[in-house]
Amino acid sequence: MRIPGFRFLPAVLAMALAMLVAAAASAAGPGFGMVKTSTGDVRIERNGKVLPAPVGTRVEASDVVRTGKDGAAGISFVDQSRLSLGPNSVLAIDRFEFDPTTHAGAFDSTLRKGTLSAISGKLAHASPKAMTVRTRSTILAVRGTEFVVSVR
Amino acid sequence: MGTHRTIVRGPAIPLAIALAVLLGACASRETVVLLPKADGSTGAIGASRDGGAEVVLDSPYAQARTGLGGGLRHGTSNADAVHKRFGAALAAAPPAPKGYTLYFLVGGDEFSPESSAAVTQLLEDMGKRPEPEVSVIGHTDGTGNAADNDVLSLQRAERVKQMLVERGVPADRIDVAGRGWREPLVEAAPGVDEPRNRRVEVSVR
Repeated sequence: MRIPGFRFLPAVLAMALAMLVAAAASAAGPGFGMVKTSTGDVRIERNGKVLPAPVGTRVEASDVVRTGKDGAAGISFVDQSRLSLGPNSVLAIDRFEFDPTTHAGAFDSTLRKGTLSAISGKLAHASPKAMTVRTRSTILAVRGTEFVVSVR
Repeated sequence: MGTHRTIVRGPAIPLAIALAVLLGACASRETVVLLPKADGSTGAIGASRDGGAEVVLDSPYAQARTGLGGGLRHGTSNADAVHKRFGAALAAAPPAPKGYTLYFLVGGDEFSPESSAAVTQLLEDMGKRPEPEVSVIGHTDGTGNAADNDVLSLQRAERVKQMLVERGVPADRIDVAGRGWREPLVEAAPGVDEPRNRRVEVSVR
């Protein structure tokens, strides 16, 4: 007697393996960044909600980080890049993908206003196209470096 | 005289509005300045505006700004000007990550004496940082095939993660990966059994 479900076992196993591989590829997971410094008014907009962002807050894709007139914040990312904001600033994390085995991936963010200081990490080191910072009209391709950007 | 003034004022009003609109459109002035790195070197940034030609910044304090027209103006800033405008953002930068290289004793799960000391330093370092996290990355030597080395390097990293957890580091603050033989510490030909490359790099951030 055959159990019909067993016919699909290889397919199920293959699927499970594919999911495991996919999980490993995005080992950075949802917690790819974390707020390490936070002074004054610092908030994160996520899924239409506005959350306070003290030190220890995890940063997720599509988050928008906002600082008030007395605010400043610094975020560390798993690829060792670091971004920090001065007061009255708005930074959108558009995309963060990082494969810690190959260092392939992409890190795109947009400074909508204010001041940003950036130190690139393993993504920019691995590929000159992997890290970009946008402003309203300009796109910056980061090739392993430290820099500052302002939008006013 | 009075009549003369009225005549002048007529066209001046729409002109003022036009100027305000133009200034409004350009109120978003964008500036990027390349900084020298802590080690004294400088990387590079390619800046392009609205699909225009790329301006490459590759010297200390090289600057690009959006002007009244469509392009980017290339110039040079300096430490004082950067400090004045970006001081708060720069001061908010998280502490620089620091790396520790760990070796196992041959054929075992024990760290070498130097590496045990490095683990102690690493744990002290973590104690000084706000909400510290660690990346644990395993590496192999150049023997064996790439797929096996990826598995082996990940196993090495997992072992170090376990050791850090036993020493009190929360598991959800540790990410692990295996780099296989992609990033040898010392140069060695493929197939060479170079012990210095069989290591685990732990970086704290």
